[in-house]
Amino acid sequence: MDIVVCIKQVPETTEVKIDPQTKTLVREGIPGIVNPFDMYAIEEGLRLKERYGGKVKVLTMGPPQAEDALREALAMGADEAVLLSDKALAGSDTLATSYALSMAVRKLGYDLVICGKQAVDGDTAQVGPEMAEHLGVPFVAWVRKVEEVSDGKIKVQRLMDDGYEVLEMPLPALITVVKEINEPRLPSLRGKMRARKAQIPVWTVEDIGADPSRVGLEGSPTQVVRVFTPERRAGGEILQGEPEEVADKLVEKLEAMGVI
Amino acid sequence: MARIKVIEEKCTGCGACVDACPFGAIRVEEMAVIDEEKCTLCGACVEACPLGALELEEVVRTGMDTSKYRGVWVFAEQRHGKVSGVAYELLNVGRRLADDLGEKLTAVVFGPIGEDAVRELIYRGADRVLWADDERLAQFHDDTYAGVLAEMAQAERPEIILCGATSIGRSFFPKAAAKLGTGLTADCTGLEIDKERRLLVQTRPAFGGNIMATILTPDHRPQMATVRHKVMKEAPRQEGREGEVVKWSPRPENLASRTTLVEFVEEVEETVNLADADIIVSGGRGLGGPENFALIRELAMLLGGAVGASRAAVDAGWIPYSHQVGQTGRTVSPKLYIACGISGAIQHLVGMQSSDVIVAINKDPEAPIFKVATFGIVGDLFEVVPALIERLKRRKG
Repeated sequence: MDIVVCIKQVPETTEVKIDPQTKTLVREGIPGIVNPFDMYAIEEGLRLKERYGGKVKVLTMGPPQAEDALREALAMGADEAVLLSDKALAGSDTLATSYALSMAVRKLGYDLVICGKQAVDGDTAQVGPEMAEHLGVPFVAWVRKVEEVSDGKIKVQRLMDDGYEVLEMPLPALITVVKEINEPRLPSLRGKMRARKAQIPVWTVEDIGADPSRVGLEGSPTQVVRVFTPERRAGGEILQGEPEEVADKLVEKLEAMGVI
Repeated sequence: MARIKVIEEKCTGCGACVDACPFGAIRVEEMAVIDEEKCTLCGACVEACPLGALELEEVVRTGMDTSKYRGVWVFAEQRHGKVSGVAYELLNVGRRLADDLGEKLTAVVFGPIGEDAVRELIYRGADRVLWADDERLAQFHDDTYAGVLAEMAQAERPEIILCGATSIGRSFFPKAAAKLGTGLTADCTGLEIDKERRLLVQTRPAFGGNIMATILTPDHRPQMATVRHKVMKEAPRQEGREGEVVKWSPRPENLASRTTLVEFVEEVEETVNLADADIIVSGGRGLGGPENFALIRELAMLLGGAVGASRAAVDAGWIPYSHQVGQTGRTVSPKLYIACGISGAIQHLVGMQSSDVIVAINKDPEAPIFKVATFGIVGDLFEVVPALIERLKRRKG
């Protein structure tokens, strides 16, 4: 089974700080990491390969330094990696990104595409489902377990707000995975050595045969017109006293505000 | 190719753009210099420049004839035959947008939900209900939901479609948007109409809520957005309000799903699920062990709320992942969030800091959770929480 895992390099958002003077995100010196949800996608790809054979190919779209994310996936055990990188892709929204990725996925060849449920920078969770539409394959989002792959079908559990659903669909297909699905492995020393030496091909818009009018800003229906820092929540009131006293105070205040 | 252009005659190197750039992509060397590797073309600098010296270079977009699209739609999600609360929130915001545009508000609903539930959508502000009353749409499948919605939108051409940013909405709505070849903005917390340009102004958090972005879909229709649950208020009910019900018969190909449901396993919560909860009581590392979640459950039960948890508690195996609040769990914005023994790592804060009222109970006075708390209690949760439970029991009588 050929598995393509789509990943994204994101800034390590847990370290994001707001410059108190300029009120903007401080991004200098913040390392790029593999989007945390994509780590589960890579791991699931590797596990499915171990169960059913085949290859795990990792794909990312981004600037040249996004190659680091691919090397991390190779170190974990992925067989191949491809970087989709082209200035013409800058400014792509989710529709344009998913289109470009789908063209690269087609070129790679696949039975199953795995994506993390969302990237932690944009938080849209849209690229996976939109890719499925561009590829014309069935998909299931929020997968928390792959039960089995057999007879050209995949059976998965989808996490819903009120429980989970067991769903089955024919391959080729696409899934997006949640954290619960597995525990990503650490790269082995041998894997790291291999990853360091690997030659990673860089594909352009032309290489994947994408329509240039459907990528980049030009191919993006949505337009970001303003980016701003939200009002920070001011720290509130500290309630003091013995536990019984603070419990009284708190209940009174919550009642007065009408929240309980 | 698109880029930010510096107009040399106008730029004085004042640096306003450097401060405005969220991505650290601009430096000043006499004039502004854009680092194209870092630039995401967000346009924050263009807006910030006091001299009009920065321009987002014109891009020719292949748009649509937007004048042919009229009216506002909201997707009224149902689960197991019951219309979800998020539908009434959407009707509230949709009503306001439709009034600002001088257009009709249509609720779209799938599945055999019954006449009463359909009428309720009208009582809650819909002028019209577009109802695909088909048994095959009772259960959610991405293929059928995206297919039927796109079919309706292609035929009727609404200018705006809103959907809840729920597990269902965030799954099929992107697929529908891709079918329609239009833009979609995820998880909006603010929606307005730019009356002059007849555009939907969509505001959403990104970077885990560290920045907000305002997004337009200028040249494509419909303008589509998913809306964060619990941010907007539910529409008031006006019994007897009148509206039109239009039954829709979907094309057969859109009623065939490639995914099949084998079974649904309900994970019964003691109280309510996180997504629907008005009150959430969460426990973290400070609980010390799985058995102590009993305290959290008791408090949640008394308040009619749901049980949440920090990543630390989930990773320790004290409580299932479905309870996790934060960046790698769920984003919640209830009316009241009570954090017990949670220090407040940024990855937790981004998942709950839009709650109306936050109460933090923690031993460590320096814990970051106190920075976002409306009310902070520095103390031992094993003393404070039982006292709170006692107090609430007395209140109930």
